[in-house]
Amino acid sequence: MSSLPLTGSQTVGPFFSLGLLYPAAQRNVLANPQTAGERIRVEGRVLDGAGVPVPDAMVEIWQANAHGRYNHPADQSEAPLDPDFTGSGRSGTDEEGRYWFDTIKPGRVAFNDQIKQAPHLTVTIFARGLLNHLVTRVYFVDEPSNVEDVTLQCVPEARRATLLAHRETREGVTVYRFDIVLQGVNETAFFNV
Amino acid sequence: MNQQQIQTTIGEIVRGDREVFPPYLYEAYQSTRRRAPQLALINVPLTLSELTGPGHAISAITSEDADLTRNAGTGGEAVGQRIILTGRVLDESGAPLPNTLVEIWQTNASGRYLHKRDQWPGPLDPNFLGMGRALTNAEGVYRFLTIRPGAYPWKNHPNAWRPAHIHFSLFGPTSLTRLVTQMYFPDDPLFFQDPIFRSIPTERARQSLIATYDHSITEPEWALGYRWDIVLRGANATPFEKAEGNA
Repeated sequence: MSSLPLTGSQTVGPFFSLGLLYPAAQRNVLANPQTAGERIRVEGRVLDGAGVPVPDAMVEIWQANAHGRYNHPADQSEAPLDPDFTGSGRSGTDEEGRYWFDTIKPGRVAFNDQIKQAPHLTVTIFARGLLNHLVTRVYFVDEPSNVEDVTLQCVPEARRATLLAHRETREGVTVYRFDIVLQGVNETAFFNV
Repeated sequence: MNQQQIQTTIGEIVRGDREVFPPYLYEAYQSTRRRAPQLALINVPLTLSELTGPGHAISAITSEDADLTRNAGTGGEAVGQRIILTGRVLDESGAPLPNTLVEIWQTNASGRYLHKRDQWPGPLDPNFLGMGRALTNAEGVYRFLTIRPGAYPWKNHPNAWRPAHIHFSLFGPTSLTRLVTQMYFPDDPLFFQDPIFRSIPTERARQSLIATYDHSITEPEWALGYRWDIVLRGANATPFEKAEGNA
């Protein structure tokens, strides 16, 4: 099979909100009242190597529904689709580097025919100064299946905690905090995918 | 093109093909210094999470808005040289990627973005937003009508100017096909001093970010034409080569 060279990546620059975060393009809220599953808020800050909040970043998430099924033709599992859930989110960051999503906790999707993955969100980060986007995952700190998740076990043990979102309850809402550290101490583990 | 090289420190951490993708740390582009990761990227298996993605669902809900000369909704038309910008979105095997969302943003003809943080004294154009979107058709073809963007100064280094460019964002069919990049215009005299363009590691890969003037795309008495094809990772993508030094 002939193989064309891929098109290279460039930074989103400082002005991407013009093209990517106009109101109809923002997707902070993934769940509506009919969506199946446990409501959660996922939020955190994007921080640079000096610990300074990054106000011009964009965070995208992709996740399975509460039954553990992706809304995508490549997922042919028997788990049901949810007509009230696409699984796609996009949030800018504010002056304090904060992003947020109102969503549902995803179910477990297959790793292969025998085993399942722990619940997780796929996270993609863009910013001025990032010449290529960064990819990582959010796992949930209180999830017993984390210990058997193949992808999480690929991360050196000392860095695994950077992928765990911490649970708190705020005014009756379950909040998972997940800071994204681009560089330096506690640098988030990013994936080569 | 002026072959003068930017002298800079280039980091080891790269996501994907080192012939094509820029390093995270490219010190001549100052904003990379505090934002580039310093630790090796983790090699992970490709699971359903990577081999699915939001592009399918997003494409299904997006209306088309591919005429940037009129989409400000003012009833007026943007000032500048009208251009038709078209091309195909392909995977590595050359297969077209249909129904793929293409989001673009750019300056107006004077080089000014409609953005509160862009305060250089290029005039704004009340009839130009500088953003658009389109879906590729069954042959993977996208098409925009816009105006040619201008160059603009920035504070990265003394007398720094960005070459004219249009930002592109594409999802493609899976999480692996996500791409944000910039398209440039042929023979731009500003390439030699632009660290963002020059962060692309090879001449071949840099050339692939430059559109081609194509007279067959022009419309007589109306608009000039440029062609730019985009190649995303394939449906049968394999993991990127193991990152160097990533034990």
